[in-house]
Amino acid sequence: MKYVDEFRDGERAAILEREIRALAPRLPRPPGRALQIMEVCGGHTHAIFRYGIEAMLPPELELVHGPGCPVCVLPMGRIDDCVAIAERPEVIFTTFGDAMRVPGSRKSLLQAKGDGADVRMVYSPLDALALARANPEREIVFFALGFETTTPSTALTVLQAEADGIANFSLFCNHITIVPTLRAILEGGDVNIDGFIGPGHVSMVIGTTPYDFIASAYRKPVVVAGFEPLDVLHSIYLLLRQLVEGRCEVENQYARVVPNAGNRTAMAAVERVFETREFFEWRGLGSIDGSGLRMRDAYAAFDAERKFAVPGLRVVDPAACQCGEVLTGAIKPWQCGIFGTACTPEAPLGALMVSSEGACAAYYRYGGVPAAAGARG
Amino acid sequence: MCLGIPGQIVALDPQHAALATVEVAGVRRAVNIACIVDDEHPPASTLGEWVLVHVGFAMSRIDAGEAALTLALLTELGEAQAEIVAMQQSGPMQ
Amino acid sequence: MNGVAVHEASRRLGTIHVPSVTLAHGGGGKAMRDLIDDVFVRAFANDHLDVGSDQARFDLAALAQYGERLAFTTDSYVVDPIVFPGGDIGMLAVCGTVNDLAVGGATPLFLTCSVIIEEGLRVDTLRTIATSMAVAALRAGVCIVTGDTKVVERGACDKLFINTAGIGVIPAGIALDIGTVRPGDVLIVNGYLGDHGATILAARGDLAIDAPIESDCAPLGDLIAALLRAAPRTRFIRDATRGGVASVLNEIAVASGIAIEIDESETPLRAPVKGFCEILGLDPLYLANEGKIVAAVPPDQADAALDALRAHPLGYDACAIGRAWAGEAGRVTMRTTFGGTRIVDMLVGEQLPRIC
Repeated sequence: MKYVDEFRDGERAAILEREIRALAPRLPRPPGRALQIMEVCGGHTHAIFRYGIEAMLPPELELVHGPGCPVCVLPMGRIDDCVAIAERPEVIFTTFGDAMRVPGSRKSLLQAKGDGADVRMVYSPLDALALARANPEREIVFFALGFETTTPSTALTVLQAEADGIANFSLFCNHITIVPTLRAILEGGDVNIDGFIGPGHVSMVIGTTPYDFIASAYRKPVVVAGFEPLDVLHSIYLLLRQLVEGRCEVENQYARVVPNAGNRTAMAAVERVFETREFFEWRGLGSIDGSGLRMRDAYAAFDAERKFAVPGLRVVDPAACQCGEVLTGAIKPWQCGIFGTACTPEAPLGALMVSSEGACAAYYRYGGVPAAAGARG
Repeated sequence: MCLGIPGQIVALDPQHAALATVEVAGVRRAVNIACIVDDEHPPASTLGEWVLVHVGFAMSRIDAGEAALTLALLTELGEAQAEIVAMQQSGPMQ
Repeated sequence: MNGVAVHEASRRLGTIHVPSVTLAHGGGGKAMRDLIDDVFVRAFANDHLDVGSDQARFDLAALAQYGERLAFTTDSYVVDPIVFPGGDIGMLAVCGTVNDLAVGGATPLFLTCSVIIEEGLRVDTLRTIATSMAVAALRAGVCIVTGDTKVVERGACDKLFINTAGIGVIPAGIALDIGTVRPGDVLIVNGYLGDHGATILAARGDLAIDAPIESDCAPLGDLIAALLRAAPRTRFIRDATRGGVASVLNEIAVASGIAIEIDESETPLRAPVKGFCEILGLDPLYLANEGKIVAAVPPDQADAALDALRAHPLGYDACAIGRAWAGEAGRVTMRTTFGGTRIVDMLVGEQLPRIC
């Protein structure tokens, strides 16, 4: 596959691996710990585990998996709201696949479907709109979640619905934004992160300038990275170069997809349909100011929160849950007291075990495996 | 939020200016191209282009030049490594 | 004994005169007789299908010609949609059960066919499925010898459910056992992976993806017999259905107490299946197959095994994907094309497309 296979090339990977190892001895050493680089995106977490990238890095360097998984951070109370809407007989509740298994306080959407609610998986909000067109007697609700990567597609779908006069379509909006999240991590007191692998597809929409404050105010280098394993390894190399050379900048490794200025059309659509909430609840992280979006009054007719009565309750995370500490890089997944025991992919307690992109689920599934030399006889 | 795949626009929708068909390794899907068209790049100009597809939307045109540049940089790194190894192996200076 | 002869009916077969199946067709009376005759007997016609009896009967001595032990299995088929590119629920119901016998080294011989039909199913559709089953049975060398028909109210089942049970006979000297795989053994598959799973997902329509992929549904008795002739010390064979190749590898690793490492560059995937998986964020190793086996073969017989598979139409693309080794018991790992290694774990729940 073009633009994919070339960026999974093992030979170039080996080149980068050697460069990174050559840089390792020259890295600044924080006292008492390894150098820690945080990747923010669930997609990067997935790539790192799926390709065994962590094992290719020298011991002086550790990767920390940040909160960039919009499925993982869905609070239980919001899932309860989704289930309440889905259980209405006139509603067809549409959602992305990975959101279906997130547990609410009573049940997940998948369980609600098993109990008779009309919950359907879609690949695109456009498919939800098509369902609305095809089923004029039903109310179609789309579970809109995701960071800035996905928000434009939801916004454009609403604009299309408006243009076509479709009245039986609405969104349950859980879109979140990355910058307040990054700020919250950097403000969080004991920050043991020395550099960031920036979110490539969020940046495709918002550009690279929103991260300037990380380099200028917090003095941490940022490299905006693509999602193929070569992109991730290359970005780590570029970060290490910055650290060794004493530079502190925002670099764009993913220039083939990310325009530094972002995408004007996408951002304009978002601006037209959505506005920022004062604060928004994140599972495991508590509330973060200005991190969530809601629909503007002009689009109230497409807002499922206004169309349907929902419980709107805040459900507290289980006491044993240490997702917040893993999400900010304070502890590693396996250092959580219930990792692999009370909290497993089959019976997840916390956000990070629920989605396959969560750090804990990824670690549980893929593990950290040194090259199995014995197999090649 | 991150899952995007490069695909090629192989057909335009005659009835909807914002819709096109994208192909990934022989698999096809309808996508919305609103994010990649503007006055300078009308829908017709997208035919044959490679784009990044996310949840049914073409979000960015892939810059072939930048892709080639990134790969070339890595190849150069490899050549520089090989040179250093060759120098080290050629023995101490007399 | 297992040829399907063109059968002259010993009595006149009934015919069905309505376009859709009704509750009456499950009522035990003439309507049911007509349905069974017109749809199933007509399609399955063979010497053993004696509709007048409550059971099919066989000479034990005749069975014993085929070997020493009886193999007996059953499976129910509830796939949606019931017709898809490359096959249908009927073909699956025959091939799936035949394959469950064949992977144990048995020669598959006889099948039952029980159907549960949702009221309102079109008779044409049922005929298509029955014909499909007949063709698959002929191809597999088995006879469908007895069965059952039920009709349930609309909504009580989804269009059509089929259960098939099968018996076969295992020749002397074959002792395939999941617990006998040892370090050094080679793991072989007979061709492209994930075709069936991808086809079904695409065919459900809710993803609106147009993929030029077909199910790989096929009867593997003949292929497996050829494999066992060429590599008689094969340890174990399993068909990689639900959960895909990854699940079978995990089952083997756990049961035999060994580790397995596979090589991503050796796992054969068709380009559209890869593309389909990339779009949705699915892992093809976990997608179902209906015409693929995983075989664990001792290293000195691996080449012979591969040659035999590749000489067969259902094994042209056979390849060795990995090896068992004396690592952590029960662990399956994959060396990626990128050079790293990752764990290939047991599937938890159903694989769902993701957006992250």
